[in-house]
Amino acid sequence: MIKVEGLSKRYARTLAVDNISFEVQKGQIVGFLGPNGAGKTTTMRVLTCFLPPSSGSAQVAGFDVLEQPLEVKKRIGYLPETPPLYPDMEVIEYLTFVAKLKGLSNADVPGRVREVCDRCAISHVSAKLIGKLSKGYRQRVGLAQAILHNPDVLILDEPTSGLDPKQIIETRELIKSLAGDHTIILSTHILSEVEESCEQVIIINQGKIVAQDTVENLTARLRGSESVSVEIRASGGALNQSDVRQKLEQVAGVGHVVLKDTRDNRVTYEVEGLPGRSIRADLARTIVGAGWDLNELRTVGMSLEDIFLELTAAEKRSARSTDSTPSTDANETQEIKQ
Amino acid sequence: MRNTLIIFQKELRGYFASPIAYLLMAFFAVIFGFFFYSATRFFILQGMQMQMRGMGMPMDVNEYVIRPLLSNASVIGLFLIPMITMRLYAEEKRSGTIELLMTSPVSDMEIVLGKWLAALAMYMCVLGVSAVNLGLLFAFGKPDWKPILVGYLGLILQGGCLLAIGTFISTTTRNQIVAGGATFGVCLLLWVLDWVSSYETSAWGKVVSYLSVVTHFEPFSKGVLDTKDILFYLSMIFFGLFLTARSVESLRWRS
Repeated sequence: MIKVEGLSKRYARTLAVDNISFEVQKGQIVGFLGPNGAGKTTTMRVLTCFLPPSSGSAQVAGFDVLEQPLEVKKRIGYLPETPPLYPDMEVIEYLTFVAKLKGLSNADVPGRVREVCDRCAISHVSAKLIGKLSKGYRQRVGLAQAILHNPDVLILDEPTSGLDPKQIIETRELIKSLAGDHTIILSTHILSEVEESCEQVIIINQGKIVAQDTVENLTARLRGSESVSVEIRASGGALNQSDVRQKLEQVAGVGHVVLKDTRDNRVTYEVEGLPGRSIRADLARTIVGAGWDLNELRTVGMSLEDIFLELTAAEKRSARSTDSTPSTDANETQEIKQ
Repeated sequence: MRNTLIIFQKELRGYFASPIAYLLMAFFAVIFGFFFYSATRFFILQGMQMQMRGMGMPMDVNEYVIRPLLSNASVIGLFLIPMITMRLYAEEKRSGTIELLMTSPVSDMEIVLGKWLAALAMYMCVLGVSAVNLGLLFAFGKPDWKPILVGYLGLILQGGCLLAIGTFISTTTRNQIVAGGATFGVCLLLWVLDWVSSYETSAWGKVVSYLSVVTHFEPFSKGVLDTKDILFYLSMIFFGLFLTARSVESLRWRS
């Protein structure tokens, strides 16, 4: 559905996007993840034909953004970071205008507008001035605007930024419900958001793609071995820590054991297994067998946050060793949302 | 064509949904009303004096009232036009709605035309206020309506040309005040260029004074329809809109 090849975008002096390539299949939700100024917005603007690429190509539904921009625009719904709203228009008036602008026939407009209002739960404010709406409602109107013409591809730039937690959940649900009919690219710098709603992640930093995979794969790839956190309580009497440690270390497949916390008669250990070994069942059996209470046993997965920090840090290290010009960090701060 | 109409409607609605349309019309009504009152008062006074001296020659309303009025209206227009055009692009750029327009399946030229036509329609609404005053002349006298029509055509052409320049200036900034100020400066310059002709008679002076929009309005106010002047205005409109379209396109490359 979307195909980007060797795309670069250079602003006057800074390289905002540096030779990135990726592909998105039909019906997928892809998360575009990166710190502020990483090049997310720029990439999205190229895909929506708002900015032309400096080099490389981008295709949406088989149409090139430079060769056939009108065809691309017809197939794209775009919600920029600040929703493009006219504060002195009523919601319904605004949506009618956008629907016509997107090329819906006059006969279809009222029905479609009503449908989208229902879908985005803004029917009850449709007669209000947009300027009087709260941030959450404005965001929804923005989203309604993007899906009006039922585009194949939805491009959402930080759709949940600035919303309160309840609104964030509602917006996420709404986005999820849109998947399937639409291919969705959403950008964010909030990691949990990607974990929540995306199938694919593209991590971008300083204009380059750092990693690109499914959420599960990324986690698995970086975790390597399994870590388990166990909380043990002595059932009556005190707990001998060295005794516990010894028992845990004797379990087959256990690499090493780290004491995390002790409280009253409870201890928490983090047990790391050898690569490729599953240790949870044996651990539980051992603990219960020794006559202790097993309060908690959970896998310590690497969160996307860890992955992200790891990847961007690795990137920086390698950049520092190969690249003699120290300007990259300065560029990053300069190029913020042009 | 349909897209141009959609933009046109939205822009025109924008003028009337905000106080700006009413403000401009009220401003014009007051200033034009003042000029109208002065011109008719003077006309009546002169007419009475002439009758008392026994000079029976009837005075021409078109010549003594309407013609100076139309010239004045064209100058008032210079002050109003920046206020009409300043928001056209600057506001969209500031609020980010330009992204909506430029990522919709609409060509840049359709947007430019829609916006300019809306500005022109707004300007015509403002001029329309003067119909009340002229209506009074028709109620109490018998002015010739044909030169009036030509005069209004001139006003619209002159307005269209300055509006096109104003639209262009609005694309170059995201600050409405800057757009309005710069447009006012350019309008003023295009008006006073005519003064060169009073002391400079060389070819250079002629060229400069030819560029003055006011020079080309003179014949219209007299009721003279000259293709030379129509062509001047039309080519200025075309030039302004061309610059606007180029400037909008360059937004993509520069931003």
